[in-house]
Amino acid sequence: MGRLTEYQVIGRHLPTEANPSPKLYRMRIFAPNTVVAKSRFWYFIAQLRKLKKANGEIVSLNVINEKRPLKVKNFGIWLRYNSRSGTHNMYKEFREMSRTEAVEALYQDMAARHRSRFGSIHILKVVEIDNVDSIRRPYIRQLLTKNLKFPLPHRAVKPGKKLFAYSRPSTFA
Amino acid sequence: MADIDVKIAEWKQVEVGRLVLIRRGPFTGKLAAIVEIVDHRRVLIDGPSGEEKKIVPRHVLPLAHATLTPFTIPQLPRAAGTGPVKKLWAKNEIDNKWAKSSFAQKTDRADRRKNLTDFERFKVLRLRKQARYEVQKSYAKVRAAAAKS
Repeated sequence: MGRLTEYQVIGRHLPTEANPSPKLYRMRIFAPNTVVAKSRFWYFIAQLRKLKKANGEIVSLNVINEKRPLKVKNFGIWLRYNSRSGTHNMYKEFREMSRTEAVEALYQDMAARHRSRFGSIHILKVVEIDNVDSIRRPYIRQLLTKNLKFPLPHRAVKPGKKLFAYSRPSTFA
Repeated sequence: MADIDVKIAEWKQVEVGRLVLIRRGPFTGKLAAIVEIVDHRRVLIDGPSGEEKKIVPRHVLPLAHATLTPFTIPQLPRAAGTGPVKKLWAKNEIDNKWAKSSFAQKTDRADRRKNLTDFERFKVLRLRKQARYEVQKSYAKVRAAAAKS
């Protein structure tokens, strides 16, 4: 169980006399809990349609689980984020077991490389890439070579509980 | 000029089919096979051992929590399911090979010693004394024979 969960949020405008059956809007949202998921839904829908929490309602909210959480998959994620100086679009690839794990890795990566927070990132699209040839990033492509193997040459052992060691740590083999 | 023979070091590789020993987490001390490499820090492992107690469910393990063993399951297909892995595991007699390895024997012995009762520890002490006595007796004999000649 990771930090984020994928939710399906469906919402609509409140029914009025003019329009008794308003259009439904569905979003897949990655959020730590249902409260944040609903809040993000309203945030995004207000940018796209003339609809906000005061004149709308959430119709349904449910969790989307990963279909095959024991399979290693490659994900492509399109995102948009606000840096300190402007807005950027980006495409990144991740190799993970599930969509939520890929998005978690994305947030970590964006925080590390660009110091950007959850609030300044919009995830536009998360796609599983089946076709190996359509992988664009070399850092994922290198993991897909046939008969991949590598040694672990320099292994730093976690220091023990003692303050002083009797011998230098062995990092070989 | 002296001939210098440079040999390539034989590293244990992280590869599909390599057996790893888990050193941390809930499955510490158990053996599992690498089924797929996720990235340079993590692998997907599966340990369908024949013994109920030693089974490791399929999950992702950071390589920092693993030690590579000299054993492999040769020709394990990439991302093989638990069923085929179990079959090949049994066919390659991984459980037997591991039980015979010096690391497994050492940890087994340490475990047994750790769980002895006080009386059993006393018995070990007595037996070790007896063994030592026999060894030293024969050694003394050899020494005496050497001094004479």
